[in-house]
Amino acid sequence: MADTNTNEISYKVSSNPHVRSKATTGSIMFFVIIALIPATGFGIYNFGFRAVLVIIAAVVPAVLTELLFNIVMKKKQTVFDLSAVVTGLLLALNMPVSIPLWMPALGSVFAILVVKMLFGGIGQNFMNPALAARCFLLISFPAAMTDFTTDVYTGATPLAALKAGEAVDVSSMIIGRTAGTIGETSLIAIVIGACFLIFMGVIDLKIPGCYILSFTVFIAVFGGRGVDPAYLAAQLAGGGLMLGAFFMATDYVTRPITKWGQIIYGIFLGVMTGIFRVFGPSAEGVSYAIIIGNLIVPLIEKITKPVPFGYRRADFKKQKGGK
Amino acid sequence: MKENRITERLFNGLIKENPTFVLTLGMCPTLAVTTSAMNGLGMGLTTMVVLALSNLIISLLRKFIPNRVRIPAFIVIVASFVTMVQLLLQAYLPSLNSALGVYIPLIVVNCIILGRAESYAYHNPPLPSLFDGIGMGLGFSVALTLIGAVREILGAGEIFGFHIMPKGYTNINIFVLAPGAFFVLAVLTAVQNYIKKKAAAKGRDVSKVGSGCSEDCLNCGDTGCSRRFYDADGSTENPNLGNNLKQADTETGKPEQADAERADTETGKPEQTDAEQAGTETEAGEEGLKDE
Repeated sequence: MADTNTNEISYKVSSNPHVRSKATTGSIMFFVIIALIPATGFGIYNFGFRAVLVIIAAVVPAVLTELLFNIVMKKKQTVFDLSAVVTGLLLALNMPVSIPLWMPALGSVFAILVVKMLFGGIGQNFMNPALAARCFLLISFPAAMTDFTTDVYTGATPLAALKAGEAVDVSSMIIGRTAGTIGETSLIAIVIGACFLIFMGVIDLKIPGCYILSFTVFIAVFGGRGVDPAYLAAQLAGGGLMLGAFFMATDYVTRPITKWGQIIYGIFLGVMTGIFRVFGPSAEGVSYAIIIGNLIVPLIEKITKPVPFGYRRADFKKQKGGK
Repeated sequence: MKENRITERLFNGLIKENPTFVLTLGMCPTLAVTTSAMNGLGMGLTTMVVLALSNLIISLLRKFIPNRVRIPAFIVIVASFVTMVQLLLQAYLPSLNSALGVYIPLIVVNCIILGRAESYAYHNPPLPSLFDGIGMGLGFSVALTLIGAVREILGAGEIFGFHIMPKGYTNINIFVLAPGAFFVLAVLTAVQNYIKKKAAAKGRDVSKVGSGCSEDCLNCGDTGCSRRFYDADGSTENPNLGNNLKQADTETGKPEQADAERADTETGKPEQTDAEQAGTETEAGEEGLKDE
């Protein structure tokens, strides 16, 4: 500035906030993509080259849909914040590898167009677009979405086997050499990515911790096998629980923002997932649990709204009621 | 178009105040039975018959029904027609009857029927009321058939039971399930809003008539509107208002009262209705009919 040369003090007047983080949507989404690389890489290693095609078939339409929607509706171009890439990638990681390639494409268009853009774009979607699209596909094409047989794996997924009362090999589930969707099989790969996100400060442990803990307690109480370590470990490592808990339940847009809200939300997700897995007809219930959780987020936020500094809780409530 | 004319009533029900896409009334059957075009059409036509006949009877009896018990009276009339229609369906179209199931008896409390009885038939002469019912019923039928057709094509690859999609097409099951009804209804409503907006831009105003008008002239930007009571600054009366004020002889120059009366004739706030009012309306209506 010219002022500094003449040794005058210059005041810049601006409204708050005065202290800003350098994090942008783009940088956070970039970290999420990096964190998903282990799970994605393991999925490709586990299921072969076709997994790459499924991922491309999900990511490219997602990006194109957001790009075209913003152009056609003459809105500010938001596609460069990478959130559409994350949505497409998460959707692909939630699909079996044998799926016809137009299905991930259709799901991506649904996720971005209907769930995200029509409700106002990033930050406005009321439920996680990737999970909404997965449920859309699961309801529309139940056979294709639950066909987990590949050249390598012909049996049921570990969770389905568990539900049927068969024994499962927990160690192969932790490494990830099992049937399932592309990104959910390897516990190790997901946890590596999650550790990266926690280390970078993108997510914290409140939601995933409460989710996993309450789920474990629910399974121990209602699972019918009591505190059986092998059974509990198989339930935790199987299915989309870890992927959902670390990467989808923690989605900034659709989680509660208050501290206690996040704890309640995590517990709710754990209980719902437990109900779906134990009492539901299908072996898996993470997607439905999370999108139902997304729907009650406004209610959770309402009851956990913090009292502003300087108010007493009773006074604050009275004041709000008087308005 | 002049109020109460038969074609105007039909046009009003089909396009301007389409019960599904504009008034968004009767959502329960709209979302529940439109799994196929045939079911949509059947539900729409059944409702139309009940709507037209109950409008006619309510209009004929409007001077005998006491204001306080009008809703029970409406329901008795509507329920009689629903019973007749249901017996006829059971006798002659049993397959449609079983497809529509509980939604046939539920026509009794269909909010389109009660809404039209309350806001139109109770304040207007029989013939326009009959055609109001037919117009609304046609609008409902067209909307339900459209929704049903889209859902049937996407969800089952068929329309009216004929297979039309190519062999490689995989049915998207969600469209014949409940969520599909919401998707299709929303998209079709958006499409008709888009078309009407374009038509309005061309100068054919289809949005400002009937309940499409908020009657909030002070905040309305449409300065060319013939029903306008105030200019934009809120002070001057609009000289175009001759027609509206003539009706209320004694109240000339008091636009507030004229406004209330106008609201009466259109949205049918019954607590403001009095015998004199009904008289003027009948005359106006019959004049309107003579013009035909």
